[in-house]
Amino acid sequence: MTASDTNCQSGRVQDLASAFATALGLVATADPAVMRILLLSLRVSLTALALAALVGLPLGALLAVARFPGRQAVLVALNALMGLPPVVAGLLIYLLLSRAGPLGPLGLLFTPTAMVIAQAVLIAPILAALSRQVLEGLWEEYAEQLRSFGAGPWRAVPTLLWDGRFALMTVLLAGFGRAAAEVGAVMIVGGNIEGFTRVMTTAIALETSKGDLPLALALGLLLMAIVLAVNALAQGLREAAAERAG
Amino acid sequence: MRATESLPRKGLRHVMADLFRPGGARILARTPDPSPIHGRSRIGAGTGGILPLRVEGLCYRAGAVEVLREVGFTLEKGGPSLIIGPNGAGKSVLLRLLHRLLRPSAGQILWGTPEAARRQAMLFQRPVLLRRSVLANAAYPLRLAGLGRAEAMARARAELAQVGLDGLADRPARRLSGGEQQRLALARAAALQPEVLFLDEPCASLDPAATRAVEEIVQALAARGTKIVMTTHDLGQARRLAAEVLFLHRGRLLEQTPAARFFAGPESAEARAFLRGELLW
Ligand SMILES: Nc1ncnc2c1ncn2[C@@H]1O[C@H](COP(=O)(O)OP(=O)(O)OP(=O)(O)O)[C@@H](O)[C@H]1O
Ligand SMILES: [Mg+2]
Repeated sequence: MTASDTNCQSGRVQDLASAFATALGLVATADPAVMRILLLSLRVSLTALALAALVGLPLGALLAVARFPGRQAVLVALNALMGLPPVVAGLLIYLLLSRAGPLGPLGLLFTPTAMVIAQAVLIAPILAALSRQVLEGLWEEYAEQLRSFGAGPWRAVPTLLWDGRFALMTVLLAGFGRAAAEVGAVMIVGGNIEGFTRVMTTAIALETSKGDLPLALALGLLLMAIVLAVNALAQGLREAAAERAG
Repeated sequence: MRATESLPRKGLRHVMADLFRPGGARILARTPDPSPIHGRSRIGAGTGGILPLRVEGLCYRAGAVEVLREVGFTLEKGGPSLIIGPNGAGKSVLLRLLHRLLRPSAGQILWGTPEAARRQAMLFQRPVLLRRSVLANAAYPLRLAGLGRAEAMARARAELAQVGLDGLADRPARRLSGGEQQRLALARAAALQPEVLFLDEPCASLDPAATRAVEEIVQALAARGTKIVMTTHDLGQARRLAAEVLFLHRGRLLEQTPAARFFAGPESAEARAFLRGELLW
C-alpha cells in the first residue's frame, strides 16, 4: 500500500465525517437553496406517484382479474418495463416534448411538469406489475364469492383496490422510492436548471462532478432521510388503519 | 319453531313476527316502504318463479377425476332439500354447479326462468369475508344489487340483528370467530332475498346454541318461501330441517326421498349404512 493510497482513504473518511457535519448544517440552517431543491424533489416525485397510481393501480387490478388471449405477453412486457432504465424513459419523453416533437408546442421541456411526466412514465409499469401480483392472490380468494354476488371483473376492480389497500401502500412506496432516487430521466427532461428544475439527485450528480464530495454526500444523506421519513409515515398510517380495519 | 336462549331477543321477535305475518313471502321486510330490490325483481314476487329446477344427466369431471356422474333430479318449490352424503361425495361441487360457479362437463341445469342467476345466493363451506367491517360485508352485495348506500346499510343492520351480530357491526369481519364469520356470511346471503338459497354446511363450525339459531333462521327463511338447498353432516339437523333428502355417494345420486321416509328407512343400502354411521366414503 502506498502513501498516497493511505492519504486518499483517510481523505474519504474525512469526507464522510464532514458530509455528516455539512448535512446537519444544511438542515439546521434550513439553507434556502437546499430547501427549495428538496421541496421540488418531493413535489415532483409525489405528483408523479399520484399520476402513475391513477393509471397503474387500476391497470394492475384489471390484469389480476381479466383473462384474455395475450395476457401472458402483456405481463412479460410489463415486468420487463419495470426495469426500464430512467435515461431511456427520459429520452422518450424528451423526444415527445422537444420542440420538433409531437408535444413540442406545449413548451414543457425543461420544466418540472416534464420531470413529473418522465417519472410517472417510469414508475407506472412498476405500480401496475406489483399491484397485479399483490391483487391476484386476493382475487383468487374472492373470485367465487364475488361471482356469486353477480360481480364481474369490472366491478371486482374497485373492490380489490379497496380491500388490498394496505398491500398497495407498499407498492406505492416502492414506486415513490424509485421516482425519488432516479436521476437519468429528470436530468434529461428537466435540464438541472438551478432554482427551477434542480432536484436532489441532479444536484448530487452535479456536486459530485464538480468534486465537492462532502456537499454531494450531505445532499445524499438528506435525500435518504426524506425517503426514510416518507416510508415511516406511510408505515405508521398503514399500521393504524390496518389495526382498525383488520 | 322453538324459542331458544341463544337467539338474540330482538332477532327472534322479528323472526317470529315475520313468520306469522300473512303473505310474508318477503324476507327482511322490516321497513314498510318497498325496496328497490323488489322493484328490480331480484326477488321472484310477481314474475314467474325460478323453480322448479330440473337437472338432467349432470356430469362433472376435473381432469381424470369424475366428481359427479349422471346426476338427475327436480327441485320443486317447498321445504328445504337437504343434500347429504359422506366426505368427497360431490355435495359442494353439485351446489357450485347449480349456482353456475362451475360449468358441467355434460348434462343440463334448467331453471324456470332465464334470469335465475340473479335470484339465488350461496353460502360457501368456507365463507369468504371481505377485508372490511362486519356491516360493510353485509351491505356489499346489496350495493352491488343496486341499493342506495343508506338503504343498504339499514337493511344490512337489520339482517345482522337476525343473526345476533348487530353488536359487532363495526368490527373488522376477519377478526370474528369462525362461528361469527359463518353467521355473518349467512346474513349476507339472506340479505339478498334470494328465491333459492344454497347453504354448504352452514353450521360446520358453530356451537350448539348458534347451530340452533341458524336452524331457526333457515326455517324462518323457508317458511317465507325461500327454497333452501343445503348440505350437512349433522344427521340430527337434517332430520330437523329436511322436507326431502338427496343422498349422494361417490358422485352418484342414489336417492331423492321425502325426509320422513328417508329417515324411517332409506331405499339404498349405502344410505342405510350411512345413517348407521358405517359408510365410509
Ligand atoms: N377441481 C377439482 N379437481 C380435482 N378434484 C376435485 C375438484 N373439485 C372437486 N374434486 C373432488 O371431487 C370430490 C367431491 O368434492 P366436494 O367438495 O364436492 O365433496 P363434498 O361432498 O362437498 O365433501 P365434504 O363433505 O368433505 O365437504 C372430492 O373427492 C374432491 O377431491
Ligand atoms: Mg363440501
